[in-house]
Amino acid sequence: MKSKTLTLKSKVSIVLLALSIFTVVSCKKESEKSANAADIVAKGEIKAELTSPPFVPKPIGNRDAAKLKVELEIVEKEGEMVNGVKYMYWTFGGTVPGSFIRTRVGDEVEFTLKNHPDNKLPHNIDLHAVTGPGGGAASSLVAPGHEVTFSFKTLNPGLYVYHCATAPVGMHIANGMYGLILVEPEGGLPPVDKEYYVMQGDFYTEGNYGEAGNQPFSMGKAIKEQPDYVVFNGSVGGLVNDNALKAKVGETVRLFVGNGGPNLVSSFHVIGEIFDKVYVEGGSLINNNIQTTLIPAGGAAIVDFKVEVPGTLVLVDHSIFRAFNKGALGMLNVEGEKNLKIYSGKKQEGIYLPEGGTIQNMPKVAKSNAPVVAKTASQSIADGKVIYGRTCFACHQNEGQGIPNVFPPLAKSDYLNKDVNKAIDVVIKGLSGEVTVNGKKYNSVMPSQNLTDQEVADVLSYIYSNWNNNKTVVTPAMVKSRR
Amino acid sequence: MVQIKSGNYVPLYGSADKIPVNVTVFSLDKYPVTNQQFLKFLKENPSYRRSKIKGIFAAKSYLSHWKSDLDYGDLNPNAPATNVSWFAAKKYCECQGKRLPTMDEWEYVAMADAKIKDARAKKAYNQYILNWYETPNTYKKTVGSTFKNYWGVYDMHGLVWEWVSDYNSIFLTGESRKDKGNDTNLFCGSGSLNASDLMDYAAFMRYGFRGSLKANFTTKNLGFRCAK
Repeated sequence: MKSKTLTLKSKVSIVLLALSIFTVVSCKKESEKSANAADIVAKGEIKAELTSPPFVPKPIGNRDAAKLKVELEIVEKEGEMVNGVKYMYWTFGGTVPGSFIRTRVGDEVEFTLKNHPDNKLPHNIDLHAVTGPGGGAASSLVAPGHEVTFSFKTLNPGLYVYHCATAPVGMHIANGMYGLILVEPEGGLPPVDKEYYVMQGDFYTEGNYGEAGNQPFSMGKAIKEQPDYVVFNGSVGGLVNDNALKAKVGETVRLFVGNGGPNLVSSFHVIGEIFDKVYVEGGSLINNNIQTTLIPAGGAAIVDFKVEVPGTLVLVDHSIFRAFNKGALGMLNVEGEKNLKIYSGKKQEGIYLPEGGTIQNMPKVAKSNAPVVAKTASQSIADGKVIYGRTCFACHQNEGQGIPNVFPPLAKSDYLNKDVNKAIDVVIKGLSGEVTVNGKKYNSVMPSQNLTDQEVADVLSYIYSNWNNNKTVVTPAMVKSRR
Repeated sequence: MVQIKSGNYVPLYGSADKIPVNVTVFSLDKYPVTNQQFLKFLKENPSYRRSKIKGIFAAKSYLSHWKSDLDYGDLNPNAPATNVSWFAAKKYCECQGKRLPTMDEWEYVAMADAKIKDARAKKAYNQYILNWYETPNTYKKTVGSTFKNYWGVYDMHGLVWEWVSDYNSIFLTGESRKDKGNDTNLFCGSGSLNASDLMDYAAFMRYGFRGSLKANFTTKNLGFRCAK
C-alpha cells in the first residue's frame, strides 16, 4: 500500500518534470532557432543529388548536418512551349523549373554554378534559402564557359525559390531560370508515399498563345504583366498525359509547389482533392483542410494529401482562365480500387450544356495576313497536326476517338467521310444539335473556330489522312468557297 | 577600316543624369578579326599560341576549340576569332598598329542600324539584336554576313560579343538589383536605377556580359575588332 502511494507520487512528479522540460525546450527552440542552426556542426561531405522535375531527391531523414556539394549547370536551349511553338529557354540544369535541391537545416552548402561554354549570356543565382547579400547573387555572376563557387549555411527550414538575378532580372526569370531548394527541419519532414516537384511560371512571347514558330520573349507584355502562357513545369503539356504524376489509391502524396513568376501569383488547386496539410508559404505554419492555397511569385508551398479514390486529379491555377486558356493544367493519375462510399462514380447520365444550346463563338482576333504559300499535301498535313494538337485535341482526343456520348469521334467517321463541305462548315461555322456519327447520337456544341482558310485546310487534311479516314485533301480554296 | 565621325550619345550606364558623352573621330575595323587573321598573328607571335601563352594572360579555355596551336580545324576561316582573352586581343591590335575600341566608341557605332546613326528606339532594331541573343552558335558564321550599318561597319550585332579596351570600367556587380549603397552613383550595381533607358534590355545584357568578364577569360561567343 505504502509503496503504491510512493510510486504514484513519483510518477506524477516525473510527468510534471517532463512537462516543465518540454515547455522550457520549446520556448528555447522558438527564440533561438536561427542562432542554434548557425552553431550546428556540419559533419562529413556529401555530393547533393539533384533531380529534374517532377522528381525530388530522397528525403533527408535523420542524417546529420553535412557539407553538401551542389553543382548546377546553366544551359540556354530551345524547347517547345506547346505544339509547334518554339521558345529559347534559359535553364538551371537543363529543365524548367531547374533541378530540385534538397538540404537540411545546418548544412554547409558549397555551391558551384557552371555556365555552359555554348551559352550567350552571363548568369548568377539568388537562392532565397541563403542568408547573405543577394541570396548568393553577389558572389555568383558567371560568364559563359566559366564556373564560380560560394558557400552558405542553411539557417531556416522551409521550401525556397531560387532564380537568376542578372540584369535584366525579369527577363532571366521569364525565360525559365528558377527552381526550388528545400531545407528540411531537424529529423526531416514526416514521411509520405510519393513526393513531386511542380512549379508554375508565366511566359511572354511576341506572338499570341499558340502562334507557331520561334517565339521571342516580349518585354512589353512582361511589363504589362499580360502573359501568353501560364504553365506548370515549363510548357503547356509539362504535366499531362505521358508526363502526368502518378499515385495509387491509399497513398499519401506531397507536392512541393513553387511559383517562379515572374509576375503572377498562383491560386494553386487540385481538382478533386482537399489538401490535408499545407505548409503555408513553404514555412513551418501548418494549415489543414485547404481547397486552394495562394502561392506568391517567388514563393512556394508544400501540400500533403491522401488519395482515396482512383481517377485523374487535375492541377490548376484556380485563377481559372489561365488553366484552360493559357496552359496552367497538370494531372495526377491515381490508380487502384474504387471506393463507392467516398465517391459513387457516375450514377446517371445525360447531356448538360453549361454554355447553353446556341453556337458559341471564340473571340475573333485579327489574323496576320500571312500570304498563302502553296503547300504540298504532306506539308499541309504536318502543319495540321500542330493545329489539331492545340485546337481539337482536348475534345476529340489524340487518336480522334472522341469522348463516348459527349464528343463524336473523328476516327473512321462516316459523318466526316461522307461530305467534306459539311466538315468544313462545322469547323468554320460551328455545330450544335443532334448528329449521328457511326450510328451513335451526339448532342453537344462545337464552337466555330477562329482559324484561317489555310489552317482549316491543314487541320482537316490532317484529320482525313489519319485514323482510317478517306484521305481527302482539303485546300484553302475549298474552305474559302464555304465562308 | 572605316572612319567614324565624332558625335555625342547618351550611354545606357554611367550617365544617370543623361549628359551625353562625346566620342571623338576614330577608325574602326569593318569586320571582327577572323580565325585566319588570328592564325597569322599566332605564327608571328609564338608566345600567344595556346600551348605557350602565360596563365595570367589567358585561361585554359583560350582557343580550346582549335585543333592545335596553329590549326583551327573545321572552323570557318572567315568566322570571327573567339575564345580569345582580352590580353591576346589587345596584343593582336597592337601588332597591327591599332588598339581595342573603347566601350563608348563601340556602343556609339553599335547603336546605328543600316539607315540611321541612333536606331535604339526602333523596335525592329532591338528585335534583331534580341533574336541574335537567342540564336545559338552564331560565332560560326562568316564575317560580313549581317547588315552593313550607317557607318559602313558590319556585324556589330549578330555574330559575337566583342572585347573593348575598358570593358571593366563600369561594374555590374554580380548582384544587379542593389538599390542602396554608395557605389550606385559610380557604378551600375543598381542594375536599373542608373540606366538611361529601362527598355533597352539588349544593352543591359551587353553590360551584364562585360561585367562578368576578367581580362584572362575567354568564351566561344566573344571575339573582337580593332580601332585606331
